[in-house]
Amino acid sequence: MVTKVNLRRRQLLIGSVAAGIAGTTAATVHDGELGAPPQTIRGAVPWKEGAADAPPGATGTGYVYFTPVEAAFIEAAVARLIPNDPVGPGAVEANVPFFLDRQLAGPFGRGDHYYLGGPWPKGTPEQGYQSRFNPAQFYRAAISAIDQYVGANLGAATFSKLAAAEQDKLLQGMESGEVKLDGGVDAKSFFAMFLQNTKEGYFSDPIYGGNKDMGAWKMIGFPGAHYNYKDWVTRHGEPVPFPPVGFKGRPGWREA
Amino acid sequence: MTTTLKPVDAVLVGFGWTGAIMGQQLCDAGLSVVALERGPWRDTPTDFATGFAQDELRYMWRHHLFQNVSDDTLTIRNTVNQEALPMRRLGSFLLGTGVGSGGVHWNGQIWRFLPTDFLTKSHNEKRYGKKAVSAYDMTVQDWGVTYDELEPHYDQFDRLCGTSGKAGNLKGQIQPGGNPFEGPRANEYPNPPMQQTYGPTLFGKAAAELGRHPFPHPTGNMSQPYTNPLGAQMGACTYCGFCEKFGCGNYSKASPQTTVLPYLLQKSNFTLKTECEVLRVELTADKKRATGVTYVNSAGEEFFQPAEMVILSAYVLQNVRLLLLSGIGKPYDPKTGEGVVGKNYAYQTMSSVNVFFDDKLINPFIGAGALATVIDDFNGDNFDHGGLGFIGGAYIAGMITGGRPIEMIYTPQGTPAWGLEWKHAAAKNYLRSFSLSIHGSCMSARGNYLDLDPTYRDIHGRPMLRMTFDFTQNDHKMSDYLTDRAAEVAKAMNPREIKLNRRTGSWSVVPYQTTHNTGGAIMGDNPRNSVVNKYLQSWDVANVFSMGAGAFPQNAGYNPTATLAALAYLSADAIKSQYLKAPGPLVRG
Repeated sequence: MVTKVNLRRRQLLIGSVAAGIAGTTAATVHDGELGAPPQTIRGAVPWKEGAADAPPGATGTGYVYFTPVEAAFIEAAVARLIPNDPVGPGAVEANVPFFLDRQLAGPFGRGDHYYLGGPWPKGTPEQGYQSRFNPAQFYRAAISAIDQYVGANLGAATFSKLAAAEQDKLLQGMESGEVKLDGGVDAKSFFAMFLQNTKEGYFSDPIYGGNKDMGAWKMIGFPGAHYNYKDWVTRHGEPVPFPPVGFKGRPGWREA
Repeated sequence: MTTTLKPVDAVLVGFGWTGAIMGQQLCDAGLSVVALERGPWRDTPTDFATGFAQDELRYMWRHHLFQNVSDDTLTIRNTVNQEALPMRRLGSFLLGTGVGSGGVHWNGQIWRFLPTDFLTKSHNEKRYGKKAVSAYDMTVQDWGVTYDELEPHYDQFDRLCGTSGKAGNLKGQIQPGGNPFEGPRANEYPNPPMQQTYGPTLFGKAAAELGRHPFPHPTGNMSQPYTNPLGAQMGACTYCGFCEKFGCGNYSKASPQTTVLPYLLQKSNFTLKTECEVLRVELTADKKRATGVTYVNSAGEEFFQPAEMVILSAYVLQNVRLLLLSGIGKPYDPKTGEGVVGKNYAYQTMSSVNVFFDDKLINPFIGAGALATVIDDFNGDNFDHGGLGFIGGAYIAGMITGGRPIEMIYTPQGTPAWGLEWKHAAAKNYLRSFSLSIHGSCMSARGNYLDLDPTYRDIHGRPMLRMTFDFTQNDHKMSDYLTDRAAEVAKAMNPREIKLNRRTGSWSVVPYQTTHNTGGAIMGDNPRNSVVNKYLQSWDVANVFSMGAGAFPQNAGYNPTATLAALAYLSADAIKSQYLKAPGPLVRG
């Protein structure tokens, strides 16, 4: 099991399933603010040792959520969303597929911050996400529907077997809503989530598994989780020379 | 089974800004106070330490500090003829929860409304005629309170927060460097303004060349170390660029945690209970008096907390819902226009202009919540609306809250959202662009309101709140006009190009706009047009007070926090000086 599960005070066991130590299934734990034990506070600001709400980074290697077929789609598709070239890393080179896998295997994939109760009419575009699927289910259903569409309409076995230009065309069709998919999958809605998640993996702190070597931050010039710019506030227009830093520091620190 | 607890003088429902202010005020008056917060305890060293606070993914995109909508959300639609569906994911607004609530993850933008903003109906009617305030089915009202009444309380909030800024109007004398359009203030800001980075500086220069009146944004981000009147100490802001949507690990942003709690938690007559969600306010059989509140905690235990006074200090949407669920006041009916609870829900009309340079390094990652140079020339009634076909306005801010790359990479008009072309545009423009924010008013209208949803229920089995809202033509016209004014300043900065992001079409729950929801529990001068009087006291149940921006009869072109804080102080003053001596209506209906 590679998904790190720390049962902190912020996390809730749904029902009475015993869980909460590393190695048990993550599926019973809420991330975020729901369901800490009730607390009565009076007399002083409370203090508790070892309670820091540190972020849950990604661990391990390889995929735990994607099947090999799904991984083939993901790797092919994110390479079109953010292709590799000398300007900066592509999404594959930045390890975005691994990021997506860990996100879908964890609280985000379970729809931890989504309301998924019924009924589920389609709604207007202004009403936003209206699927019954949580993100993990949505990716699974969408990838299957896309490969089915490719088989039926584009003469290839799967999306990953298409030429890059054909892949781009299909992704554009999903983005605009022109392409209609089966299996209860709204192509436009899936594309929006997929593109957003891909950019998240590309630009988030490397502890989450993507943005390998902070390559995306280097490309744009973002110094990362930097704490203090006070000396630079009024140095208008000057290049800020800090190399990017993440929560775990940066490679330069280790070389010393 | 419901356990009945020991009675208290006052129970606070929700513990964000207004809960903290009322808790401090009422405890200092010697009352026993219990605050019930549905979310968790949060403090700076545990929950947003500098070692991990700068995390865009976790806080912004995974909503770590926000309300988790998985077991309680609201339903949304644009018009009464549509079926409302659940907001299944936060988007347009990012609701708070937990101790400090939105006061933890706000930007710290501290604004006073204009004196004429409190007279939206009478002032505009007098200047522009009856049609100006009744067009587009608008239902704007006067507030029933004046700027002059609120001024001492705005000042109280400035001192609590250590607001950094430059006064533009001291006792009627216009001051150089400040906002010349603001209402007169008794005192200068407690701290000097923040230093401005390159983008806001360029904006200010260009605005001045056009004859506008730029000034530094007043802010609850500390320009220097500060100790407030309660003894709470704050540190100088480090411009780290992770403010809005994040907690501050540096004690540099005013919040209930940094300004009130260190003091309030030491008082023996104050108790804070977390993970306790109030289900309803309990009333006597004749519905004239509240007896207390029923709440359930995260262990599933249900309690009745008897109280002499019930202060609804949750967010707008929860306060209105509790009024509706508890049967306090008559619900609003958009068909007949009768009833008041839920009436005049309004929002904020936002647009922006992105500015791209070739030759200037903006370094957008050097930022702070309210780091901006602003012009107020086109806000409220600071300009002649004759022939324009709308009322209201906006401030225009050359603003850099940060350069968080998932959210804040600007690419020129026509750039695709992905592919090599997008990547190249991101790499080329990230350091050389920023955005002007146009922060517009939102006028209330007959069809925009809050009520209870007939279909969807929360985990406690209670109906969800239903929001029916769309921008009016008044707001679209205002926003277009203001976006054009912002574009003039943008062009005067001599950039390579600009990109206009107008507010078009119907309100959508998807893209983030702002968490400035207002109305639904509006204040006014009589019970036929409002839910609460000027002291935020229910006209129907005199020992219930409803705090927050729910009291705004429509929303002005400013961030709401200072105004709702000033209203809370005004309410606390009236409770202490009048209500406690003779509990009952503070204003005759």
